[in-house]
Amino acid sequence: MIMKKKNNSQFFAFVRKEFYHIFRDVRTMLVIIGIPVIQILLIGFAISTEVKNVEVAVYDPSNDEVTNRIINQMDASEYFNVTRRLKSANEADEVFKKGQTGLVVVFCEGFGERLYHTGDAAIQLLIDASDPNHGTTVSSYAGSVIAGYQQELLQETNVPVRINPEIRMLYNPEMRSAYNFVPGLMGMIFMLVCAMMTSVAIVREKESGTMEVLLVSPVKPIYVVISKLVPYFIISWVIFIIILLLSVFVLGVPISGSLVWLNIFALIFIIVALSLGLLISTVVKTQVAAILASGMGLIMPVMILSGYVFPIESMPPILQWISGIIPARWFVSGAKKLIIEGVPVRFVLKEMLILLGMAILIITVSLRNIKTRLE
Amino acid sequence: MKDDVTIINCQLINKAQALKDVSFEVKKGEIFGLIGPDGAGKTTLFRILTSLISADSGQATVDGLDVATDFRELRKHIGYMPGRFSLYQDLSVEENLQFFATIFNTTVEENYYLIQDIYKQIEPFKRRRAGKLSGGMKQKLALSCALIHKPVVLFLDEPTTGVDPVSRKEFWEMLKKLKTEGVTIVVSTPYMDEAQLCDRIALIQHGKILSVETPEKIIAGFPKKLYQAHSENNYLLLLEVRKNPEVKSAFMSGEYLHIVFNGEADETVPNLKEIGPSIEDCFVYLIEN
Amino acid sequence: MIIKIDNLTKCFGDFTAVDHITFSVGKGEIFGFLGANGAGKTTAMRMFCGLSKPTSGEGRVAGYDIAKQPEMVKKNIGYMSQKFSLYEDLKVWENIRLFAGIYGLDGKQISRKTDITLKRIGLMNEKNTLVKELPLGWKQKLAFSVAIFHEPKIVFLDEPTGGVDPIARRQFWEMIYEAAEKGITVFVTTHYMDEAEYCNRVSIMVDGRIKVLDTPGRLKDRFHAKNMDEVFRQLAR
Repeated sequence: MIMKKKNNSQFFAFVRKEFYHIFRDVRTMLVIIGIPVIQILLIGFAISTEVKNVEVAVYDPSNDEVTNRIINQMDASEYFNVTRRLKSANEADEVFKKGQTGLVVVFCEGFGERLYHTGDAAIQLLIDASDPNHGTTVSSYAGSVIAGYQQELLQETNVPVRINPEIRMLYNPEMRSAYNFVPGLMGMIFMLVCAMMTSVAIVREKESGTMEVLLVSPVKPIYVVISKLVPYFIISWVIFIIILLLSVFVLGVPISGSLVWLNIFALIFIIVALSLGLLISTVVKTQVAAILASGMGLIMPVMILSGYVFPIESMPPILQWISGIIPARWFVSGAKKLIIEGVPVRFVLKEMLILLGMAILIITVSLRNIKTRLE
Repeated sequence: MKDDVTIINCQLINKAQALKDVSFEVKKGEIFGLIGPDGAGKTTLFRILTSLISADSGQATVDGLDVATDFRELRKHIGYMPGRFSLYQDLSVEENLQFFATIFNTTVEENYYLIQDIYKQIEPFKRRRAGKLSGGMKQKLALSCALIHKPVVLFLDEPTTGVDPVSRKEFWEMLKKLKTEGVTIVVSTPYMDEAQLCDRIALIQHGKILSVETPEKIIAGFPKKLYQAHSENNYLLLLEVRKNPEVKSAFMSGEYLHIVFNGEADETVPNLKEIGPSIEDCFVYLIEN
Repeated sequence: MIIKIDNLTKCFGDFTAVDHITFSVGKGEIFGFLGANGAGKTTAMRMFCGLSKPTSGEGRVAGYDIAKQPEMVKKNIGYMSQKFSLYEDLKVWENIRLFAGIYGLDGKQISRKTDITLKRIGLMNEKNTLVKELPLGWKQKLAFSVAIFHEPKIVFLDEPTGGVDPIARRQFWEMIYEAAEKGITVFVTTHYMDEAEYCNRVSIMVDGRIKVLDTPGRLKDRFHAKNMDEVFRQLAR
């Protein structure tokens, strides 16, 4: 019992010392906390929610009373300016590429006639969705102008008509919004804090020669290592909360999934990242090597292959396959589902199990690698 | 035989740091010195005895525990200060000391009397970070940290290298105090005046132990007569003396030359006088022959 | 006089690291500069080598003003320290060529003198060896040869023999005597008090001031000490 108590106090002495190391390195602390905050703020500024005077191009082969009224109403609204008339639907791509046009409206032939006779006419809205937020807003405003006209028509003629706008988002069909950066950002920060910082912290002791003393002390080597992980585990979780709060209150990301499960999911990923850092620290001998190994071996792949920067679906099959062994890929995909899509937890079961499996595997390997001797 | 440290036939074949058939015993409560040139294998020996690396063959026991098989138990009984030992630069003086006390299952208060002579000199700065101490104060703190737990056997690998003579003296006084507490101390040093302070010393070169003796016996075992000489220009005198075929060896030693003759002393050498050899003279003689 | 220091002072804020020191060292003299850790030796050495500007006072080293002509001072001195002296991952001759080149010697001179130097210190067979593979004692000998390769008027040695065994130290001191015989002034710091006895004159620094300066023999008489270690301990306590 007394022995156990002593072991505990040793363990807490270690954890306390580790916190001292972290909090006294003010600059590194600022970088760790600063990176997510700055990135979130940048994304926040990049998203424009204001939509005004969007330039509209129109292809109107029927050119009848109905189409003209719709065009006029659109022009009259504060959101839209009809600036061009196209000679063919094929010109749409061209005007988009010139960059000013945000919306192309394409009427079908004999629009008015079909509307009156069949009560059903087709209208196509082509929207530049390279800024997905902007695209969504444009689409909903254009839809409301058309719905407004439909309402008018109903009152005037008492004929129930239906105008079916077919909306096509161009240049970003999956509607990858800036929100999608949030899970990717989390993945990267966890790799930075957990994997890089822990591996550096452990290797630093090897370099300074203090590891020799700790190894010779009665403290079990595994306690030395675990005590290094605890502070980074806590800090990562705090950073997770910070990113989450900023996302909700600055970016306005609606967190639609279960908060409890989101936290559990993130904590599993943090454990994976910590064990990766541990693994690196058991292999390398210098701090520089630790930074290189975690930077090139972990953070770069997270940026490139996790779906943070490039969508996985559009990668060549071989890269898709490689991305499968990157833990962050599963975290990003699961976190997207929980944060943005708001699906119940059973839909992220696969991701969760894969990450758990990875955690167990890496921890086992690195614990076997922890040496009780110097060689 | 219940000696504290027992080395029996410990071999390590490892490039430059090879140890060959090293055997010695250390008695309980003794200050045992390991003296030898750089690269002789002192650090390797320390690492084997503290269970940090394992020997290729042979067996070693410390406090009755086998360093290869009983290392977990062993680590509870020993203390070790490696040669390039450094403190945690971002922890304060007090925090460093407390940390090292805690990991060795003790408290600063419990063993404060052991370190107070040195520690009270840095105590005014106890809240200062170790990285901001001057070189001398850092050394004092490192020494305090190494001694704060009272192990059964304490291994110190060149603890005083780069330390000024005053702090070195204080350090050795602390070691003597530890000794009276029954702590066995194995220490390596390049300083010959410190070798004199050990109860017994082992001269080690190229991984082999040349002799294990008390300093007095080593000095008494000097096989020749040693002479000193000096002149206005010792360097020119040295060159001159070395030309003499009767001279076995001649060296500068501070203000004097130390000369050993093959046969009878050559009385024409200026200011020639027979003297008693120092540990250093014995060390040089043993290694050269 | 090769070194002439007059009331040299260096302050860091409120702290006076070097406090009005005055002394001079002559040609070919071996001068021991002693003091406890933190006594101000390193700060003073930095000023003598033109690396640090004095707060007040004057100093001339090798004939140049240490405050106004630090570049000329650096050109005319040699320097060797225990911590840094040679590049471990370069070969013996590459180290010599590098440092000789730094001091502006031309290629022909360098290769001629390299062989002479290596022969003299017995390292001719190790010409193509990486420095890290040499024993510490050999490294120190090589480092000293490199430090005096460009034939400076004075060489500064900062704890040159730390961690070196007695045999290598005795040999090292023979090299120092040899250099002094050739007229090179040797300015050396050490923690080995037995080494202080090799010096022609020694100074002992305590808290930024030079407490005593004399020959080892006269210092021992004055303090009724049997060796320099006792002198040092009486002063530094």
